Amino acid sequence: MKLSLRELVVDFKTPDEGRLPALGPISLEVSPGEFVCIVGPSGCGKSTLIRTLAGLQRATSGSVAGDDVPITGPLATLAIMFQDANLMPWRTVIDNIGLPLELAGVDKARRHAAVYELLPQLHLQNFALSYPAELSGGMAQRVALGRVIVQRPKALLLDEPFGALDAMTREKISLELLDLWREHRQTVVMVTHDINEAVLMADRVVVLSSRPGKLVADIAIALERPRAINMIYRETFLRLVRETRAAIDPPDA
Amino acid sequence: MAEVGKKHDTELGSRSTRTLLLQLRRSSPLLSLVALLLLWQLLTSAEIYPAFIVPPPAAVGEAFIEALQSGLLLKHLSVTLEEMFFGLILGLGIGLSIGYAIAKMPILEYTLSPVIVAFQSTPIVAYAPLLVIWFGSGPTSKIVTTAVIVFFPSLVNTIVAVRAVSPNLRDLMTSLNATPWQTFRQLELPSALPVVLAGLKTSATLAVIGAVVGEFVTQGSGLGFLVTSARNQYDTPLVIVTVLTMTAIALSLYSFVVLLEWRWLAWRRRSKP
Ligand SMILES: Nc1ncnc2c1ncn2[C@@H]1O[C@H](COP(=O)(O)OP(=O)(O)OP(=O)(O)O)[C@@H](O)[C@H]1O
Ligand SMILES: [Mg+2]
Repeated sequence: MKLSLRELVVDFKTPDEGRLPALGPISLEVSPGEFVCIVGPSGCGKSTLIRTLAGLQRATSGSVAGDDVPITGPLATLAIMFQDANLMPWRTVIDNIGLPLELAGVDKARRHAAVYELLPQLHLQNFALSYPAELSGGMAQRVALGRVIVQRPKALLLDEPFGALDAMTREKISLELLDLWREHRQTVVMVTHDINEAVLMADRVVVLSSRPGKLVADIAIALERPRAINMIYRETFLRLVRETRAAIDPPDA
Repeated sequence: MAEVGKKHDTELGSRSTRTLLLQLRRSSPLLSLVALLLLWQLLTSAEIYPAFIVPPPAAVGEAFIEALQSGLLLKHLSVTLEEMFFGLILGLGIGLSIGYAIAKMPILEYTLSPVIVAFQSTPIVAYAPLLVIWFGSGPTSKIVTTAVIVFFPSLVNTIVAVRAVSPNLRDLMTSLNATPWQTFRQLELPSALPVVLAGLKTSATLAVIGAVVGEFVTQGSGLGFLVTSARNQYDTPLVIVTVLTMTAIALSLYSFVVLLEWRWLAWRRRSKP
């Protein structure tokens, strides 16, 4: 699925009836199957951008579109993953992963078949009947990832999906996500605050300015795939990281 | 503790000491009951108060068996239970649904809260006579009294519980195109259930008060009536039997809700090993 932002602006109402510009104007195009990471200072509107694409937030002006069809509400072909795992504590792992199918009216047998097929890739085969309270942070985030993958979406919207995890777990899950992506080739828009992670995972890194977020850099990542963790020692990698960092805090500022 | 090499045992005392402590803890509610009975027996054997004021436990036991055999107790008990049952259904039904509506539409809170708060801050005994005037001295007035007293805690708990539903999970349901019914059934209901059930514990015990207060006012039948008529005849053992019966109802209802919690909230007992 192709995702496009056209002159997108999002404002929020302030308590005193004023307007707080949160994002834009920003235009951006993400090609089908492309993996784009978004980085930018805190509060610059990254979550707002993701939520607008997900149909959870209305555009103040401009538009967002999936395959050139304007997005005005949640689409079944678009799946969003939040910063915290956002699981239902009263549901087991399989029932959390199966939630989207259940809501779509898929019967129990087919739901379970689909979920059990995913568990090995998510390293959750021994936790099918566990409850979220029994999972580590990394496992919970894998469940959240499963809940996204099970929808077989054409595009994934990930808002700092691994932000709450420790560095080592994050690295591991990031690479697992890349494996899953290689298999299905969905369009991915992922927000992260970790520049290394962005460069390691993305085809393009998009840098936003501070609030209201505008596009300040769009950096193509010319590293071959599949990506591997040892690429972070390469000269190209380091140059791209430096370039991204320079775009976030301009040296002359 | 004397054994060498059982290091973990020395930390918390020996195994047998621990099992003893555990058994003591399990049986401690029973122990307090036994202690109370003993104290009661002592008090009456010492004859500090005359028997018609504090009758000995045995006399109360006799009165219990007699009231049971004559059918007196069951007759009044069934009346009270019926009033409580319908009162609970009515009060909970209204409390839960208005609570849900208020939680979803904050404007309703501004509109309704003066009435609700005024209603609630008046003692139930004060307007029970009014309810009798309006609803007659039959079961209806007692059902309404019970419903009124049950209404408020279920209302407040529902509002709190539904408002506490995680906004992130709401976003998730929206992003999955959930219907309003699905959001209610799969998110709001399970998320609110712990708080609603906690409120139900309060409501269940209040229901006894509601029914009995209604019976005090109308006089005719029910445990509330039995208490007053026994007192008028200086039948203190029967008064105590009736009061204990009320306690038993409240405890049974409370335990029933605990049972529901045990069944429906099983997930809350799970945590990291
Ligand atoms: N629902 C809302 N109502 C009012 N203001 C909002 C709302 N959501 C976001 N904002 C404001 O919009 C701005 C952008 O918020 P957003 O969450 O998109 O930033 P972000 O880039 O995701 O930040 P972070 O990196 O800290 O997650 C912030 O100033 C925030 O306070
Ligand atoms: Mg954010």
